[in-house]
Amino acid sequence: MVHVKTTINGQPAEFLVPAYLSLLDTIREVVGLTGAKEGCLDGNCGACTVILNGRIVDSCLVLGAEANGGEITTVEGLATPDALHPLQQAFLEEAALQCGICTPGFLVSAAALLKREPKANEQRIRHWLAGNLCRCTGYDKIVRAVIKAEDMSSQLSKSKAKVAAKPTAKSSASPKASSVRSSGRSGSGRK
Amino acid sequence: MHPFAYVEPKTVKEAVAALSKYGDKARPLAGGTDLLVQTRAGRFNLDAVVNLKKIPELMSVKLDANGLEVGAAVPCYRVYEDPKVSAAFPGLIDAASLIGGIQIQSRASMGGNLCNSSPSADATCPMIVHNGVAVIAGPKGTRKVAIEEFCTGPGKNALAAGEFVVTLQFPKPSPTFGAAYERFIPRNEMDIAVVGVASSVTLDAAGKTIKNARIALAAVGPIPIYAVAASEWLKGKPANEASIAQAAAMAKAAARPITDMRGTIEQRKHLVEVLARRTLTKAIERARGK
Repeated sequence: MVHVKTTINGQPAEFLVPAYLSLLDTIREVVGLTGAKEGCLDGNCGACTVILNGRIVDSCLVLGAEANGGEITTVEGLATPDALHPLQQAFLEEAALQCGICTPGFLVSAAALLKREPKANEQRIRHWLAGNLCRCTGYDKIVRAVIKAEDMSSQLSKSKAKVAAKPTAKSSASPKASSVRSSGRSGSGRK
Repeated sequence: MHPFAYVEPKTVKEAVAALSKYGDKARPLAGGTDLLVQTRAGRFNLDAVVNLKKIPELMSVKLDANGLEVGAAVPCYRVYEDPKVSAAFPGLIDAASLIGGIQIQSRASMGGNLCNSSPSADATCPMIVHNGVAVIAGPKGTRKVAIEEFCTGPGKNALAAGEFVVTLQFPKPSPTFGAAYERFIPRNEMDIAVVGVASSVTLDAAGKTIKNARIALAAVGPIPIYAVAASEWLKGKPANEASIAQAAAMAKAAARPITDMRGTIEQRKHLVEVLARRTLTKAIERARGK
């Protein structure tokens, strides 16, 4: 067993994990967060995507033991108790999911993109999401939802901060989760 | 997965000791994007996984007057997101930015790609044309192996028991150096190369004559192939379409592909010629600063 101390969705977590257990199984079975999904188990589908130390990873290709000292964000960390993340809201409004298995992975991947590139264009979005497979939607609705979430985030940050888009882009690119959460709260407030 | 121990050495010496202790029952872990898939598939019967990412040398990127030294476990994104490395080593960047998707690039390393020793490895051919050298540590000390001599067969390489790659070294390119890597895949992203070709050139000061060239071919033989004849032939030739066409034909002749689910012998040979032409053209453009 490996002793792991980590932070998951802003909360400190400490547990013992068998060395061979993947980060995906660790999150699902040891920590008990079942948002990340097992799809292909070989790095093709991205259903298990989580953010580890600021980068999206396929959690099926990481050992749980490797999370020691790290910081993890899963799909459960995107919404706040009172509001959805703008991406979650946009996915609902654009019907960007059917069976839903791939959705947590898409949300986490897209959230990481929006944080670093709040105005990514369609081509960039499609390129960024190439590591996430969806066998239902045909991707167009997902891409539309991500573009909508970008618009929602930028309008809200504008009205909130009453400053031009540039400083907003900077602040939302900061590694703190709070900027994502706050735009999420006002995002659903508009609807 | 079969239960195994997890070892996290802090130094090269500790890693050598751990790998030597477990012998062929241990594998070094860099990005893990091949290792964990293969372990799950039962390719290895492991007693231990030795995570190399806590060893500083394995995780550092050094760029100085001598050239570039990339730790063998440095993930791809750290290579292509470094503006100075991007500017000086375009062939490496072409590869690092197309291996897998963003998730894979967060973890997968060029050193791991080399050690996995697949003939279709996207990073290996660009490392060959950038004159790369693998620095290897093991029970008998440190040694260096040129990248083109590293792979010995599909999934096989020059590493002996207890050895692992510490860093990858690349000499500083001259200002008139250019390189490029392209591959053919049926999808837009996230696929294994049907054929890949890397090319590099060093031009004279006027940008008219090729002083040095290197061409390397992926997925058309049991190992990544350094196309020596085509590369040598280009030396001293004018940097024009006729030279490119001739070298591309010679590169095609060096390919020894098989027919499999990804492509046929004929298709792959044809692709080598097309991609050699394209990458040589791009390498020359980059060498001229375009």
